[in-house]
Amino acid sequence: MKPPPFDYVAPSSLAEALQQLEEGGFDARPLAGGQSLIPMLNFRLARATLLIDLNGVDELSFLHVSDDGSLRIGAMTRQRAVERSEDVARAAPLLAEALGHVAHPQIRNRGTIGGSLAHADPASELPAVMLALGARFRVEGVNGDRWIPAAEFFFGPFMAALDPGELLVEIEVPALENGDGWAFEEVARRAGDYALVGVAAQVRVDGAGVCSSAALGYVNAAATASLAPSAAAILVGEAPTPERIAEAARAAATDDCEPPSDIHASEAYRRRLAEVLTRRALDRAFARAAEAHEP
Amino acid sequence: MSERWFGAPVVRNEDPRLLAGQALFVDDVQLPGLLHAAFVRSDLAHGRIRSLDLSAARAHPGVVGVYSAEDLGDLCIAGPVLVPPPPIERLEFHARTPLPLARDRVRHVGEAIAVIVAESRYTAEDAAEAVQLDLEPLDPAVALEAALAPDAPLVHEDLASNLAAHVIQEKGDYRAAREAADRVIRRRFRYDRGVSGALENRGIVAWWDPHDGRLSVWDTTQAPIPVRNALAATFGLSESQVRVIAPFIGGGFGPKIMFYGEEIILPWISLQLGRPVKWIEDRYESFFATTQEREQIHDAELAVAADGTILGVHDEFLHDTGAYDPYGLTVPINSQCTLLGPYRVPSYYSEFRVVFTNKPIVTPVRGAGRQHGVFVIERLLDAAAGELGIDRVEIRRRNYLDPEDFPHDHQILFQDSAPLTYDSGNYAPALERAADLIGYEAFPAEQQKARDDGRHLGLGIVSYVEGTGIGPYEGARVTVEPSGTVSVVTGVGTQGQGHFTVFAQVVADQLGVDPAHVRVVTGDTMEFHWGTGTFASRGAVVAGSACHAAAQAVREKIFRLASHLLEVSEDDLELAHGRVTVKGAPDHGFDLSELAARANPLRGAVRPGTEPGLEATSYFGPDRGSTASGVHALVLEVDPETALAKILRYVVVHDCGVVINPTIVEGQIHGGVALGIGNAFYEQLHFDESGQLSNASFMDYLLPTATEVPPIVAEHIETPSPLNPLGVKGVGEAGAIPVAAAFAQAIEDALAPWGIEVLEIPLSPQRLFDLLERASGESPTEGKPGETEEVTP
Amino acid sequence: MSLVQIRVRVNGGEHEGDVEPRLLLSDFLRHELGLTGTHVGCEHGVCGACTVLLDGEPVRSCLLFAVQANGRELTTVEGLAEDGDLHPVQLAFRDAHGLQCGFCTPGILMTVVAFLREQPSPSQEQIRDVVSGHLCRCTGYQNILEAVKLAAERGSP
Repeated sequence: MKPPPFDYVAPSSLAEALQQLEEGGFDARPLAGGQSLIPMLNFRLARATLLIDLNGVDELSFLHVSDDGSLRIGAMTRQRAVERSEDVARAAPLLAEALGHVAHPQIRNRGTIGGSLAHADPASELPAVMLALGARFRVEGVNGDRWIPAAEFFFGPFMAALDPGELLVEIEVPALENGDGWAFEEVARRAGDYALVGVAAQVRVDGAGVCSSAALGYVNAAATASLAPSAAAILVGEAPTPERIAEAARAAATDDCEPPSDIHASEAYRRRLAEVLTRRALDRAFARAAEAHEP
Repeated sequence: MSERWFGAPVVRNEDPRLLAGQALFVDDVQLPGLLHAAFVRSDLAHGRIRSLDLSAARAHPGVVGVYSAEDLGDLCIAGPVLVPPPPIERLEFHARTPLPLARDRVRHVGEAIAVIVAESRYTAEDAAEAVQLDLEPLDPAVALEAALAPDAPLVHEDLASNLAAHVIQEKGDYRAAREAADRVIRRRFRYDRGVSGALENRGIVAWWDPHDGRLSVWDTTQAPIPVRNALAATFGLSESQVRVIAPFIGGGFGPKIMFYGEEIILPWISLQLGRPVKWIEDRYESFFATTQEREQIHDAELAVAADGTILGVHDEFLHDTGAYDPYGLTVPINSQCTLLGPYRVPSYYSEFRVVFTNKPIVTPVRGAGRQHGVFVIERLLDAAAGELGIDRVEIRRRNYLDPEDFPHDHQILFQDSAPLTYDSGNYAPALERAADLIGYEAFPAEQQKARDDGRHLGLGIVSYVEGTGIGPYEGARVTVEPSGTVSVVTGVGTQGQGHFTVFAQVVADQLGVDPAHVRVVTGDTMEFHWGTGTFASRGAVVAGSACHAAAQAVREKIFRLASHLLEVSEDDLELAHGRVTVKGAPDHGFDLSELAARANPLRGAVRPGTEPGLEATSYFGPDRGSTASGVHALVLEVDPETALAKILRYVVVHDCGVVINPTIVEGQIHGGVALGIGNAFYEQLHFDESGQLSNASFMDYLLPTATEVPPIVAEHIETPSPLNPLGVKGVGEAGAIPVAAAFAQAIEDALAPWGIEVLEIPLSPQRLFDLLERASGESPTEGKPGETEEVTP
Repeated sequence: MSLVQIRVRVNGGEHEGDVEPRLLLSDFLRHELGLTGTHVGCEHGVCGACTVLLDGEPVRSCLLFAVQANGRELTTVEGLAEDGDLHPVQLAFRDAHGLQCGFCTPGILMTVVAFLREQPSPSQEQIRDVVSGHLCRCTGYQNILEAVKLAAERGSP
């Protein structure tokens, strides 16, 4: 289990990294935290002629709340730093809650927020969270940058909407508003494992107690991180009663999810988990939203 | 004796080195000119080698040698059967052991085909990719039952079927028992495969030093002396030319007792090249190249009277040995024998078939088949208790052997070829104590209260016995050095069991010294070269007894010499705090260091009939193994919506005879229980139809972590063994043995409203989900699935 | 592949080396620097045996290339004891029998030392959670948790 040979560069600026990526061609790969890529190299399941180590690109490591309340995170920000950030706890508590489920602290010390998103693993938590948060991603190549909504970013297993030569550089999470509620729920075999299924719920309730928006992001319930539009449609415009939540959970599990079968869980078992976890996540999320409206 | 160390919770002598990162493990060995090996292994479960072209690999820069079966020549012969089957009548056994490197056929994924030797492991792995191997796929025999079908592909083409062995052992008249029974309970049980999961993978460093004429081998083996003997025989060297060192070993758990092809190949390479060479198995390889355990299918039947008395047991089972059977029948015979448990079983018919399949080899892993026996009998008793309306603790109590029943001869043979005779035991107190500790009496109320809150709690409580401490023998040499240090040298290897401490305790008591001043050396054939190894929960029993005997002999020498020098009778001497003194005159005597110097004079004459030095070597071999026992109880919570279970509390009350070091024994139990929990709920090897393993990594093969193992309360009951001077019994495997049975009972208890029955281990959340789905259609109060027969007398 | 010159500070001492870019940090520490106290159990980041401190934070040394440690500060298990005296966390592991074969122990010690620095009075749940990033096959974890608790109670630095 030793990695195959490769060349290595360690750029210190984004411009330099993008140039090297452009010149490196198809088999050049960016190296972020490496907590998924290096195991694959060690198993020789992944190859690269050139690794472009982004860990020295300091300009990609930042985290702040903008004046409009949106949260901006540099792609190379360590997961552990995001998890510990008080800004994140305030501005995107769903993200903070979910990060505790991402592997173990020793991995999060090294793993980056952008690396995990660009890896686009359907079994990882962060893509589902970004879907539920309605985040958008700034990607950049030598010819400039563009924004991609999270809902358009994950288009296949381990496939992100990055063109050759592009890097994910920044994540923007919209501002939290009064009446927002959130919850992350997952079932994993062991603490820190990839979830059999996970649900990230972000909801909003108006002063009259009616759900004005709902987004549910799923871990391992389809070939990519996925949303549950039919479940959301059942919730929006209605009061979140237990019956309504149960109906939404059923819809999520039957209509919105297309879960895989593997050695850990069958499709049927995953649908069951999707339903149960959706209900539990919505219960908690709406309870939080209701609290926000209490005087 | 002023202080008694035996039985005290002494901190471990080995810990400072381990904690400081100074303890030597095999991969830490660094030698000048060290080369590194990597193996080319089959990626098919069954195939014929059409061609093997090593030229590109040989030409790879940095490669020093590339070898196949052809290059090994006469060395490429099938290895021995390490443990010949016991002399059971009508026993059928087909020995098929692997070649060090496959010559024309591969029989499981990961079977070694070639070996690359290079200046670095990285380079060796690069070159391994350059090997041109053309494997013709053959149909594999994968599933255990299907492998015995008449049209199944043959794992060994020279045999008529995949039957590796067929064994029947019986006592009494089961047929009569069945006719006399009020109930006959019949079930089919399955137990699936897992790995031992030692954190340190296997590894070997071999160094043939031509100047010295010595072959030195550092090996992660549990049995350094047998490895030394085999290497000497293989290479035509004298045994004194071969030194095998099992330094600190990062966990053994059974598979490191095996003798593997790599253990021949690495020394051979060093002999070829005259340079030291290292191979460290990587984690991926370990899932194929290290032996595994425990796939069995049992069709079992219990004949009981209406009051729950066992009249007889009938069991037919299949045992998957994988592609070869180099360890004989140890595992299935353990299953066969351990099924009898702590119970009085008047009639027993047990028949098993061992089956070859195109999967990695099966040899003992902690518990070594005992788990299956316990699972079968305990599950049958649970079913009987349920059907007869008898309390599950009560049905066990009613069937226990009584203290006056010992020694108890079960009239069948154990794995060591000795009759299965229990030496001693006292089972009821452990059951009572475990029931108390887990809160058995109060549990129904606790369970009901939880159910009212929508939570599902279940309790499990089961018994087990474990045959431990088998022969043939071990030895030890104890020396009081002129420095005052006492050294103890024994042949067994050590893998974390605390031998450096418990052997020191045994010796310290005899010699009146502090165990911290006793230096224990294990696992180096240069230091001691008689013995067999660490397996079958025997280290403390057999090697511990040898240490005791050697220390006693040294103690006698101390008294004899001191008596002579001080001119007092031996009866007037006492030995404590590192001094031998005249009773009542503490200033009149010798420090042991001084006495050791006096025992080894540079001038003068040693008296006839005496030996120099305060040193003695002794051996101990028990007639047969001692039988440990115990009760495990647990409470768990199941979430029927997610099919997840969480163990809330766990109790072990066990009897391993006299306890040498309670802290170490408890540690052994904790670890065993954790392994048992892994086997019961988390760990499973998933082979697909083609014999490919789908989860050969620690990502997908789930060893329990700190969040999955509950707090464990362990208590000791001490029923001394009459078979050794210390009265001890083994404990290394005990913790792992009954966990699945207890877990299954607790799951059923928690989900009683669904009426599910757990007949299969591991019980993954997926399986539990399936069971719940199947049951949810049925009325919660209806009978359980499974077959039951009412027999009217 | 050309070699890359690196310079790292390990346990307070400066080390230089010319390494292949693919050389894992675990192999660099063990086989180039001879610091064999850091153990390797899986090489895919699950078992935690190879955990070391990189600028004070626990990381898996099998999931880092040695080149990535260039200019950084590393602490391994060999760096815990001072003047031959075991670190209080090491002592607590001995006193609580928190190790058996000792193979996984160095990695766990590194995690725990960093953990107690950040969290001197942890709850049982926090201890369980941080230890869950390591695999141990011998102890069943119970005495490891006890050892961490003991170290915290004694107020380890």
